[in-house]
Amino acid sequence: MTDIAALDQPLETFAPQAAPATRVRGYWRSVLYRLRHDPVTLVFAAIVLCIVLAAVFAPLLAPFDPYKESVVSRLKPFGWKEHWLGTDELGRDMLSRLIYGGRVSLLMGVMPVLIATIVGGLLGVIGGFAGGRVNTVIMRAMDVFYAFPSVLLAVAIAGAMGGGIGNGMLALTLVFIPPMCRVAETATTQVRALDYIEAARATGAGTITIIRYHVLGNVLGPVCIYASSLVSVSILLASGLSFLGLGVRPPTPDWGLMLSTLRQSIYVVPFVCAVPGAAIFVTSISFNLVSDGLRAAMDVRL
Amino acid sequence: MTFYIARRMLYAIPIAFGVSLVCFSLVYLAPGDPLQTVMPPDATAETIAIVKHAYGFDKPIPIQYLMWLGHVLTGDLGMSISTRRPVIREVIDALSNTALLATFAVPLAFSLGYTMGAIAGCLPGRWLDRLVTGTAVIGVSLPNYWLGIVLVVVFAVELAALPATGMGPTGSANFHILDWSCAKYLVLPVMTLAMIPIGILSRTTRAAVAEVRNQDFVLTLRAKGLSEWAVIRHVLKNSLPQVMAVMGLQFGYLLGGSILVETVFTWPGSGFLLSKAIINRDVPVLQGTILSLSLIFVATNLIVDLLQSMVDPRIRRT
Repeated sequence: MTDIAALDQPLETFAPQAAPATRVRGYWRSVLYRLRHDPVTLVFAAIVLCIVLAAVFAPLLAPFDPYKESVVSRLKPFGWKEHWLGTDELGRDMLSRLIYGGRVSLLMGVMPVLIATIVGGLLGVIGGFAGGRVNTVIMRAMDVFYAFPSVLLAVAIAGAMGGGIGNGMLALTLVFIPPMCRVAETATTQVRALDYIEAARATGAGTITIIRYHVLGNVLGPVCIYASSLVSVSILLASGLSFLGLGVRPPTPDWGLMLSTLRQSIYVVPFVCAVPGAAIFVTSISFNLVSDGLRAAMDVRL
Repeated sequence: MTFYIARRMLYAIPIAFGVSLVCFSLVYLAPGDPLQTVMPPDATAETIAIVKHAYGFDKPIPIQYLMWLGHVLTGDLGMSISTRRPVIREVIDALSNTALLATFAVPLAFSLGYTMGAIAGCLPGRWLDRLVTGTAVIGVSLPNYWLGIVLVVVFAVELAALPATGMGPTGSANFHILDWSCAKYLVLPVMTLAMIPIGILSRTTRAAVAEVRNQDFVLTLRAKGLSEWAVIRHVLKNSLPQVMAVMGLQFGYLLGGSILVETVFTWPGSGFLLSKAIINRDVPVLQGTILSLSLIFVATNLIVDLLQSMVDPRIRRT
């Protein structure tokens, strides 16, 4: 209706007017705006923050020494004498071990992803930007690692090297490099074909400059979002390795390891045995939902 | 079509070679000499040299690889260090037990996950849609070994309704599916294994169906006057290739994830064999199991690709 009515108006009405009074937000401001209006992501981001803070300030928060054993208070149920979450098979306080356990679990969740993001991302950008033979060599090599289910590859590498935190992290890093590389390669290949890369080259920009200013800006988004979704996978895989005896070694508190040793006592204190797994689950689901929220807010498609 | 099948199969060969190369190098990832675990600690340098020669460890590594590959191609995966049985026998026995779990877990997970996802995708925003989204997030975040322990706590410890671990008194040789006294040992491991693929598959199906429903041809179908059921049939068929890709991947994760689930339930399958091999530092068994499982995964991916190209002929042209 308004369109037809507008046709009858004298032309002067269409003279340049002030822009409509809507605020136009920049990219990051709109991301922030969307995040602020996403209660689920905010709640789970708060949980992630709590878990991280608990791990960092573990010595201040833990009510007991996580290594202090006690013969008389072995395998006690919830709420036994100040031990809110009971005690484990050596009489150590479960809550304290849980809080300290977050340190190793978070470390093994974040470090492999970080290293794999740098190495895999770099390989992917190089492959995607160079194209041709270089790309084929890199991507076909990655395809070989895709032929292993991820748990199996992590177990194979850690199993052959003999466990320990360092070897566990190395195994997880090797598992994450191929998918990371593929995400970076896809994003780079898409950008490389765009006209403004051509324009930048025509104005005399070198390869390094083009990659730094024009390619990385477009690749970092998907790469970071994908990395954030890998953190939860990494936590799950790392505690799985510890559960199999391939990650953290006793007596260091670690959620996967605690689950594995407490499994023997399942008929004595069934619910205490399930607690470390609940910690893994809550951490993993929180990281997952925060990553999903970030992806939606940043409008990235993987 | 024949050309596509041939090309896709040719492509699987270098991948299989790469897999064998990675499995071969596992021995060299192990700290120390590969013979260290076999030899008695007081063996003289001379004996070690003789054994090294007998096993071919004194030859250059590429030659060793080719020798090993030759053995593998004839079905010889070496001897287990801990049981002194041929690895190939151990692997086949274990794989048949894993296959038993998979025959129940895979159809359960795929049918349930697909149905939930398809219904949620067709009715976006309803309670079922929310349920599927929730299940999917839980599915991808759940440590399946923990789920196994929780199920044991509930069904075996608290309710005492189902056995917690093992394959029952008959063992794997006389396991009869139709006999409840054997089959009850399957229930908890199958439920545990199926849970994660249900979550992931329902999410993928939901996303694929919702995406296809937004395409223009669906509008055309409606404009033509097709019934809602006929439209849904078209939508489901078009979303199938994407779902099948994820099914193939999930099949692989079932194989890989079985290592943790089988350890929890002490189910004598390939995953349990693998974790035993790790504890005993039995590298030939580790190598053989991983090689077999990953070759099965490569074959699955090949089959999925071929099935996809049958459902969606467009894939063949790319």
